[in-house]
Amino acid sequence: MSFIQAKFEKIDQYLSDHPRVKFILPQALLIIFLVSIIGYFSFNASSNLAARGIDTGFSFLKNKASFDIQFSMIEFDSSMSYGRAYLVGLLNTILVSAIGIIFATILGFFFGILRLSSNPLASGLATCYIELLRNISLLLQIFFWYFTVLRLLPTAENSLVLFDFVYANIKGIYIPRFIWTNLSYFIYGLIFTFICIYAFNKYANNLREKTGKQLPKFSVSIGLLIIIPALVIMIFGVGLEFSYPKLEIKMGIANYIGGVSIIPELIALAFALSLYTSTFIAENVRAGILGIDKGQKEAAASIGLTNTQILRLIVIPQALRIIIPPTTNQYLNLTKNSSLAAAIAYPDIVLVFAGTALMQTGRAIEIVTITMLTYLSLSISISIFMNWYNKKVALTER
Amino acid sequence: MKNLVKAIGSLSILAFVLTACGDGGKKTSTLDTTKKQGFVKCGVSQGLPGFSNADASGKWTGIDVDVCRAVAAAVLGDASKVKYTPLSAKERFTALQAGEIDVLSRNTTWTLERDAGIGLTFVGVNFYDGQGFMVRKATGISSVNNFQNGVKVCTNTGTTTELNMADFFKSKGVQYEPVVFEKADEVVQAYDAGRCDTYTTDKSGLAAQRTKMKNPDEHVVLPETISKEPLGPVVRQGDAKWEDVVKWSLFVWIEAEEYGVNSKNIDSMKDSKNPAIQRIVGAEGTKNGAALGLDNQWSYRIIKQVGNYGESYKRNIADTGILPDRGPNNLWTKGGILYVPPVR
Repeated sequence: MSFIQAKFEKIDQYLSDHPRVKFILPQALLIIFLVSIIGYFSFNASSNLAARGIDTGFSFLKNKASFDIQFSMIEFDSSMSYGRAYLVGLLNTILVSAIGIIFATILGFFFGILRLSSNPLASGLATCYIELLRNISLLLQIFFWYFTVLRLLPTAENSLVLFDFVYANIKGIYIPRFIWTNLSYFIYGLIFTFICIYAFNKYANNLREKTGKQLPKFSVSIGLLIIIPALVIMIFGVGLEFSYPKLEIKMGIANYIGGVSIIPELIALAFALSLYTSTFIAENVRAGILGIDKGQKEAAASIGLTNTQILRLIVIPQALRIIIPPTTNQYLNLTKNSSLAAAIAYPDIVLVFAGTALMQTGRAIEIVTITMLTYLSLSISISIFMNWYNKKVALTER
Repeated sequence: MKNLVKAIGSLSILAFVLTACGDGGKKTSTLDTTKKQGFVKCGVSQGLPGFSNADASGKWTGIDVDVCRAVAAAVLGDASKVKYTPLSAKERFTALQAGEIDVLSRNTTWTLERDAGIGLTFVGVNFYDGQGFMVRKATGISSVNNFQNGVKVCTNTGTTTELNMADFFKSKGVQYEPVVFEKADEVVQAYDAGRCDTYTTDKSGLAAQRTKMKNPDEHVVLPETISKEPLGPVVRQGDAKWEDVVKWSLFVWIEAEEYGVNSKNIDSMKDSKNPAIQRIVGAEGTKNGAALGLDNQWSYRIIKQVGNYGESYKRNIADTGILPDRGPNNLWTKGGILYVPPVR
């Protein structure tokens, strides 16, 4: 026993003589330990799978999927591969997350500011909205929007007609399809316009800093935005026509053909996700605004800024620094929560890939791994972007 | 510092232990482990009337459940010694592969990919089904050939149904929109509310789900069957002993009906002169239990406690109004296609 004791003391002595080793050794051992555990489990899994005659590998991604997907942003039919089905699911997940993030942000800012209003009716309304929606489970809200609210829409034969070209019924909302000619020229024109506007604003800012001269930035930008695309449309012959949805009743089944259909699953999911997440963002916004020192507002008021100017120029830019980090979390939550789509038949990556494709191929380990890595990369992309933005608005010490 | 050394020491011991026990020792047959643990681990559906459905008191009934009960009666002597695990279509194969269950009896279609590709083996068929369509009567549709472009089809994920309908609509050249839910209950709700023009799944499933609609009489199942769906129990590949036990429990259950042996008359059949019946009742001198690793009364217990296939069908499928007509699920001697190898 004393022999071991002596050995340990020797090791201790060595470690305290070499602080670098003492610093690195435990971390290195931990990494080796983790790697060997992961390696052990993967080896064990692969040998067990082989022993039970279960095929493994990622080659199935090239196989024919032989199932169809209700809604996809790229072309897809049953003769295409599982890899393509994965892409369809991924794009659908990104679509609903993007819509959700945009609306959650707008609603969040609106209700966050409204809650601080001095008008008791306005702030009470905002408080009710926030407390009601953030305290009900998201899955229930999705079911509510899908099974209750959208069910109140009429059948296809008696669709609600809005502005003569939007048709809403229980099978979806149908809007006209845009048919462009020479669309690419128009897009190039738009890109060119934005570059012009950016360059002009940069020039105007420089001019103001150097000479103090103010150029009418806003009206010139709007002017550019109208004139350049108009010129492009005239010169390159960009055309736009609409293909309107038409009601067809065949064999007693009424459906709209033509136009673009927005499926009710997407509407319900986007609604539920943005309303739910907006309540958390609203609280972040409120915290951000309350976090700004009262002296800032008083100082701004003392130099004669109006209330709107104080909010726009003094409070919001500073509040953003407090708002952005927790809001990033909400964006990540929203993206991950979009996987609840499977419950209401929205074909996102979980329903299409981790659902149908997993079932048809039986490749549980591979598919679940791919799906997890996909969510991981989506989340990491969002946080990289938000961290970049956060740095951009951060206080620059002069 | 001593703490660090100790921590590293214990971590390496843990790692060593983990690696050492990794090989899992020798394989034992599921038959032996089942006898030892005293119950059959059986995977069933989350609720499909007629096949596997739990009542308010948690008692499972159905023709798929009866397969589990037959195995329990044969192996353990008591049909009630079954532990049921309700599984979604998505979970079922993984649960069996991982050993969470030992028999999967959950209206599962026998296909090549499932039999050969994922380490599982189908042991037989306990129900011959086929995929069909249900529509609203008011549409006047009388055949699957009436479907037009833009038709919206509700179904649930994780089944052969999705593949069959893709093939079917492709062969007819009809553009359709699949609305695919995770659970059958949501499919029924969505179809019933008018989200879809038709609902497709196995015909037995359609018949069972129709009873859940707001107004069942407004809906009709179209006559055509667009696919073959032989449903049967599944076990893990590579355990021949267990596979044989499940397979022959299924076969003797069907053969008993062929020879007119049922739960009521089996005791009086003990004196029968017919050798086939003598084998089923496990009379003196017969010995087909030994080959399976069971005693000689295994088949007697199945019929006594569970009944024969015909009794099971009547109790679960016919009397509940799901499919009163046995159709292909009748004995080969009576115009159906139920034909099992001789139990001898």
